[in-house]
Amino acid sequence: MLIPRLPIGDTVEFAVDWVEGNFGIFLDFISDQLDFLITGLKDVLLFLPPELFILVISLLAYFAGKRNIKLAVGTAFGFFLIQNMGLWVLSIETLALVLSSALLTLVIGIPVGILCAKNEMLYHIVKPLLDLMQTMPSFVYLIPALIFFGLGNVPGMIATVVFAMPPAIRLTNLGIRQVPKELKEVADAFGSTGWQKLAKVELPVALPTIMAGVNQCIMLSLSMVVIAAMIGARGLGYQVLFGIQRVDISMGFEAGLAIVIIAVVLDRITQNLSPR
Amino acid sequence: MNKNIKLEVRNITKVFGKHPQKGISLLNEGLSKSEIFEKTKQTIGLDNVNFEVYDGEIFVIMGLSGSGKSTLLRCLNRLIEPTKGEILIDGQNITDMNPEELRNTRRNKLGMVFQNFALLPHRSVLDNVAYGLEIQGIPKEERYLKALEAIETVGLKGQENSRITQLSGGMKQRVGLARALANDPDILLMDEAFSALDPLIRSDMQDELLSLEDRVQKTIIFVSHDLDEALKIGDRIALMKDGEIVQIGTPEEILTEPADSYVSRFVAGVDRSKILTAESVMKRPDPIISINSGPRVAIQLMKDHGISSIYVVEGKNRRLKGIVMIGDVLEALKKGKSLESVMIPDTPRVAPDMPLKEVIPLIADSQYPLAVVNDSGKLLGIIVRASVLGALAISGEIEQDEVPEEKASEESASGDKIPEEKPPEEKTPEEKTPEEKPPEKTVSIGKNEGEDGQPPEGSGGSGNIINNGIDSGPVPAEAGANNGAPAKAPDRSDTMPGSEVKTC
Ligand SMILES: Nc1ncnc2c1ncn2[C@@H]1O[C@H](COP(=O)(O)OP(=O)(O)OP(=O)(O)O)[C@@H](O)[C@H]1O
Ligand SMILES: [Mg+2]
Repeated sequence: MLIPRLPIGDTVEFAVDWVEGNFGIFLDFISDQLDFLITGLKDVLLFLPPELFILVISLLAYFAGKRNIKLAVGTAFGFFLIQNMGLWVLSIETLALVLSSALLTLVIGIPVGILCAKNEMLYHIVKPLLDLMQTMPSFVYLIPALIFFGLGNVPGMIATVVFAMPPAIRLTNLGIRQVPKELKEVADAFGSTGWQKLAKVELPVALPTIMAGVNQCIMLSLSMVVIAAMIGARGLGYQVLFGIQRVDISMGFEAGLAIVIIAVVLDRITQNLSPR
Repeated sequence: MNKNIKLEVRNITKVFGKHPQKGISLLNEGLSKSEIFEKTKQTIGLDNVNFEVYDGEIFVIMGLSGSGKSTLLRCLNRLIEPTKGEILIDGQNITDMNPEELRNTRRNKLGMVFQNFALLPHRSVLDNVAYGLEIQGIPKEERYLKALEAIETVGLKGQENSRITQLSGGMKQRVGLARALANDPDILLMDEAFSALDPLIRSDMQDELLSLEDRVQKTIIFVSHDLDEALKIGDRIALMKDGEIVQIGTPEEILTEPADSYVSRFVAGVDRSKILTAESVMKRPDPIISINSGPRVAIQLMKDHGISSIYVVEGKNRRLKGIVMIGDVLEALKKGKSLESVMIPDTPRVAPDMPLKEVIPLIADSQYPLAVVNDSGKLLGIIVRASVLGALAISGEIEQDEVPEEKASEESASGDKIPEEKPPEEKTPEEKTPEEKPPEKTVSIGKNEGEDGQPPEGSGGSGNIINNGIDSGPVPAEAGANNGAPAKAPDRSDTMPGSEVKTC
């Protein structure tokens, strides 16, 4: 061969080392903050006795579903089943991880989506990135997360946030852009400031679309959190992985069932949260 | 109406595209809009528009689709930034205001009503109406109080807590109107505000806007592509074509003195009887005679003018007293009686702003010319049949079915005003009107006047006096004078049928 082998791997490794060396403290700081968020949420959720937690989440389902009694009963039944299978703590760990990941995703994704809707240039930069993020196999995110944050919940969360980000940005952007031109004109014609226009006209009108983004974001978080077990994220995913490694069908199936229950409940609740 | 200038538009030009200045310089070089578009891909939205709007008037911007009406309206509150020119509101140039000044002007002076209502779907009626006040930071109680007032003004009391989706189109637009009124702006901008409503509701809303205008005295700038609407509500109308204003004038001016062939084609399809008023077809009351004059003077005047009746007035300000007929005056002269003793006091009178549509049945039933009289009783003018029909004939035909129908509803009312029994020929004017050529029409009516407009008592005796109720001599000329150019009329209606104009 005439062309020598290109030192791609070595270059990347060098770059990673460089980042580690120069930003290590910063990465540790972020890691600590995120860990605090996850553990905090987990502790709060575990502090409630399971019966009380089930009551709360059933009521939430009931009211979110506009007094949907079936949804409330189904939710209660599902979570009783989880407790009955002895997967309560693992499920709560998963739930805490999902919710904190989704929260972080939305806190970043919604403002970026709004900026994209307002700024054509930014949108043209962000759009190809989102396409890339969505076409990439989800496992790929695990590697950089692992490299920079080691094993554990935090890299799992980072990978999840990256994975669940695109729909949050896209649908927020879409929702704002879809606000009818006349309504934007109303805001301007009556003398609204930019913030008033956003808060009182654009966001409320775009809310159904944004909520669809929230829903997708939570569902994607859940799926990624399970996969993130491969880099040491705790919870039900870890249990499934364990089941696979040991070819333990009953263990894998029960954990899988618990994941499905959580997925369905989260989906129904967030779907119904959107107005109209 | 007082003629204070409220808003003034000076040389507004709008070029859409990335290089507006290029468009401006090419415009200055005198290139046409299509040439500019081909060369530079810049669209000329408005080309050097100038006009002013007076305080308290309804100013209608009218034109076909794409003529730039919405663009012009949106330049007025800078929803669209004009490329060039100035807009003065109360003498203040809003085109060079900074964002904050502009915001304050929009809040305090400019309300806007939108074609598709543009209500905020997540808010109740009350919160929609209160929106403008809310963003000004007005406390809840106060803004709800004002919003409720506005809701009441537009006749939606009791609906304040309804959701927007529960309302009908007409109600939605009332909310839109209330929202604009709640801020108590000086100027209301309305972009095809009634176009999305079905015809009946639309007509109601037009009526309500007019009555609202009487009560609240706003300056209203109203965009419409519907000529009938423009003529109905507009104090003045600006007619636009390809981003330029081709004519500004009152509805009557637009109809009777079209600035060019475009305008006359545009207005060709209009039912003029709805728009023209008594004032616009009346002629100068000449001659008239003072109540203190003797019969001899009256006879001489009638002789000189070739007429068989004359209006009697009193004093300097021409208070109308009645009418005298030639036969009666001759009688009075013979018997040595005064003019007043043979005067017929209760002649039909109309107000100057009475629509022609209502004048037609009156004049059809009347033996005499109609007297146009203002509130204080002053004789402003007289209307003879020939001038009514002449004015109507200008654009060709009057819709055949419309006038008799109107007549039926008008009959009882006109019956009160006219003491004489209705002549059997009362329908003749309407029957004659659908004929093709205006000159023929007026002639045949003139003849008809001679037959039934003649005073009952044998006035035919006096040789010199032409013997019809109204001066028949000047009829064709009269029609000509009122029309502007009657010769044009046939080819207008040939080249552009009215229906084409209204499609937008
Ligand atoms: N943002 C824009 N970019 C480019 N061209 C525009 C833009 N807005 C309007 N135009 C053009 O300007 C012209 C006038 O448009 P405008 O909307 O003012 O017409 P209009 O008289 O209100 O018509 P309609 O009765 O259909 O509402 C049209 O030819 C339109 O294509
Ligand atoms: Mg328009």
